[in-house]
Amino acid sequence: MSEVGIRAAELADAAVAGDRRALARLLTAVENRTAIAEAALRRLYPSTGRAHLVGITGAPGAGKSTLVAALIAEARLVGRAVAVVAVDPSSPITGGALLGDRVRMQAYASDDGVFIRSMASRGHAGGLAATSTSAATVLDAAGFDLVLLETVGTGQSEVEVAATADTTVVLEAPDMGDEVQAIKAGLLEVADIVVVNKGDRPGAQRTAAQLRAMLTVTASPRLATASPRVASAARDQAADKPRPKRPEVLITTATTGEGVPALLAALDRHRAAGRDGLAAAARLARAEAQVWAIVSERLRGRFHGAAAGPATESTLRAVAEHRLDPYTAADRLLESLTGGRSPA
Amino acid sequence: MSDRPIKILIAKPGLDGHDRGAKVLARGLRDEGFEVVYTGLRQTPEMIATAALQEDVDVVGLSILSGAHMTLLPKVTRLLRERGLDDVLVTAGGIIPDDDIPALQEAGVAAVFGPGTTIAEVAAYIRSHVRPPEA
Repeated sequence: MSEVGIRAAELADAAVAGDRRALARLLTAVENRTAIAEAALRRLYPSTGRAHLVGITGAPGAGKSTLVAALIAEARLVGRAVAVVAVDPSSPITGGALLGDRVRMQAYASDDGVFIRSMASRGHAGGLAATSTSAATVLDAAGFDLVLLETVGTGQSEVEVAATADTTVVLEAPDMGDEVQAIKAGLLEVADIVVVNKGDRPGAQRTAAQLRAMLTVTASPRLATASPRVASAARDQAADKPRPKRPEVLITTATTGEGVPALLAALDRHRAAGRDGLAAAARLARAEAQVWAIVSERLRGRFHGAAAGPATESTLRAVAEHRLDPYTAADRLLESLTGGRSPA
Repeated sequence: MSDRPIKILIAKPGLDGHDRGAKVLARGLRDEGFEVVYTGLRQTPEMIATAALQEDVDVVGLSILSGAHMTLLPKVTRLLRERGLDDVLVTAGGIIPDDDIPALQEAGVAAVFGPGTTIAEVAAYIRSHVRPPEA
């Protein structure tokens, strides 16, 4: 085995055996996308898929970190090991980051059943870091029952977490918007569970009621009144269409823990219900996203490698100077890889 | 990749309730391109050691104003060593009399930055003293 392979095996095996220092170092390797990380992930992946990956997302200040802390407390009460990956944004200017999510998760310093890791987004735009999924895989392999993925404070369309997590929780604060906000496409559409946090504030009940009313509206045609033929055609069409989710809407007060046991129960219900086709589809989507990300990274690597680098460079320059259109450029690059013929 | 950012934990051990300085430092180091984990007020040495371990930081920066530095800082460095984090660079700042510095260095605090130190100075020190990254 190569030196990298040996070090990767050491780190991976130690992390799985409960060595938290090794786990932390392995996560660093994953964040830095080193050769050791890749070798370790190859080794660990087959034994993963056991943890419940829960994405927690929502606007800045909605209470994600505080809710995560409350979920840790609740999960520890029932003896589950919990890991957290908390992502905060990197500066687009300096590359620096201030990772402040631990501030609200301090109570577990001597509890080996809790592991909290902050990650900078490092230029990745979807609300997570590019390596968050791999970090979750490592924590899954290390035996954590529940892995909470806390996104950066999101806007309306950072929906990437839904492709990574088994269950996606979208946090709303009371009175953050009217009913029209609730029917816009985007973040709320990917929610498996919607939580109105800060439940002790005025307006929490009303916000929850509005969200419930809007999110549980169905888009399906009224089959009962249509003729059998029309109804059956509509059913066939409906079967092809992606079904909108019908998220549960819960109210929590993360600072006091109010509503958090109900949230943990809802997470469990969603996971149990999800062992059917929908969850399989979600897992397939996750696999697809992971594999394509690697394929795309490796393709780029090949285009910029020693052999192909200069040709790639001149093709890109031709596009920059408008001598070549980007589609032809892409076709040429792909042809150069397959040694001539492109499948098209 | 060798250009990965240096990761720093900024923590305030002890009971003093004032963290403006620590926040300004955390923000300043962010602007210097570091990844800064900020953990807030009233940290026990155990909390600091656990955070340093889980976050796999390169540097632990301790800010202390309360006068309890001779008790708390050696406790932090001892816990870090016990958990195998002896290659982590430990620095301190705040109100620390010059007379106490040799004993703190003896205990494993690599550098003590007094009032008036600029963020650029702290950043330069960290860049030149941090452990080399693992391949």
